[in-house]
Amino acid sequence: GKMAEPVKLIGTLASPFVHRAAAALRLKGVPYELILEDLQSKSELLLKHNPIHQKVPVVLHGDRAICESLVIMEYIDEAFDGPPLLPTDPYDRATARFWAQFLEQKCSRPFWLAMWLDAGEEQKGFVKEMKENLALLEGQLQGKKFFGGDSIGYLDVAACGSAHWIYAFEEVTGVSLMGENEFPALRRWGKEYTENESVKECLPARVQLVALFSAMKDKYKMITNGMLHQKKNN
Amino acid sequence: MADVMLLDFWASPFGQRCRIALAEKGVAYEYSEQNLEQKSELLLRSNPVHKKIPVLLHGGRPVCESLIILTYIDEAWPEMMPLLPRDPYARAQARFWANYIDNKIVDCQTRLLTTKGEAQEQAKKDMIGALKTLDSELGDKDYFGGQAFGFVDVAFVTLTPWFYTYEKYGDFSVEEHCPRIVAWAARCRERESVAKALTDPEKVYEIVQEEYGAN
Repeated sequence: GKMAEPVKLIGTLASPFVHRAAAALRLKGVPYELILEDLQSKSELLLKHNPIHQKVPVVLHGDRAICESLVIMEYIDEAFDGPPLLPTDPYDRATARFWAQFLEQKCSRPFWLAMWLDAGEEQKGFVKEMKENLALLEGQLQGKKFFGGDSIGYLDVAACGSAHWIYAFEEVTGVSLMGENEFPALRRWGKEYTENESVKECLPARVQLVALFSAMKDKYKMITNGMLHQKKNN
Repeated sequence: MADVMLLDFWASPFGQRCRIALAEKGVAYEYSEQNLEQKSELLLRSNPVHKKIPVLLHGGRPVCESLIILTYIDEAWPEMMPLLPRDPYARAQARFWANYIDNKIVDCQTRLLTTKGEAQEQAKKDMIGALKTLDSELGDKDYFGGQAFGFVDVAFVTLTPWFYTYEKYGDFSVEEHCPRIVAWAARCRERESVAKALTDPEKVYEIVQEEYGAN
C-alpha cells in the first residue's frame, strides 16, 4: 500500500524547517532517505517538485511531493501509522496549529531583526517584541513537559527553533533573548526536546550551526536590512 | 451565550470564510458584528495575541485565524459536507493552496492597493502571476478539490469580490488572464452559503478607497 512506498526528504543539514520534517518522520517511525540540497545551485529534483516556492524541505512519498514544513508534518501524521503528532481533540489541534502559525507570522521577522540589526533603538525594540513572544510561548508550556502534555508532538517540533537554533544565533550575535534566568519553562522544554531519541538523530550540532551562522554574518545582515525596509504585512 | 458564536466584521473576507463553512455544515450560530475601531472586551479576551476577527467561540472556547477555524469547523462537525478530502495527499495539497492564497494573494493585494509607481507595477505583475498560478491549478476542474466544493474554494472565493478592486487599482482584467477562475467564482456564487456571505464588489472598492485613499 501507500505507506510502504519509499520516502525521501530533500533538505539541508542546518535548516530548522527541514528538521521539522525529519523529526516528524523519525517520531512516526518512518524510514526515509535524506537528499542533501545545495541551495546556491538548486537541483532539478527540487525545482520539479517545488516549482512554486523552490524551497526545502520537500518530502517525496512514492510519486507524491509535499512542500512546506507544517503541511509536511500534518501529512506525515495522516499518511502513516505510529504515535500521533497532533492531539486527537479538535480544539487541542486548533490550539497547536495556532501556536505553530504564531511562530511563522509573529516571530520570524522580529527574531531576524533582533539578531542581525546593528545595535540601537530599533534593534532594542525587536528584542523587546521577541521577548514578549517568548513569554507567550512560555505561558503555553504551563509546567507541562511538552506543549501537548507528557508526549512530544507537533508543536514541539514546530517550535524546534526555540529549543536549539536560538542558542546558536545568540552565541554568534551576542544578542541575548533567552537570558540565564529568563523563560525557565522554555529552557527546560528545550533540553527535553533536544534530548529526545528521535530528535537527536536529526538535530544539527550547535557548533555546526555556530560555524555556519558566523560564516553567513554579512549575508544575513544584508538580508535583514532588506527585510526592515519591506512593508510589514497585516 | 449561544453554543457557537462568530466574532466578525461584515466586510471581512476572512470572516466570510467561516460563515460559508458554518452554513455549509448547517451549524446554528450567533453572528456578532465587531467594532474594529473600538474592540470589545470579548474580542480582546478571545484573541489576545492578534486582537483580530474572525474568532469562533464554541462552548465559550475561542478558535482564531480563519484557516485554522475552517479546519476546526471541519473536524468538530465531521458528518456534514466535509471541507477537506479524506486522502492525506489531497489534504496536503488543499492546505498548501490555502496557504498560498493567504501568503501570496493577500501580500500582492496589500502592495497593489497601498503602493504607487514601480512598487505598484511589481505588485500588479506579482498579482497577475499568482492568479494565473491558481487558474492553472484549478485547470478544468469544477472546484479546486475536484468535483466537490471544499476547503480551497472556501478560502479563495471570499477574495473574488476584490477582483474588481484589483482591476481598478492595477488597470488589468482578471478575466483576460484567468478565465477559469472567473467561471469558477460564478459557479461558487450559485451556492446559497457563498451568495449570502460575499460583499458586493462595488462596495469592496468603496471601502478600500476609504481605507487606503482614492486610487
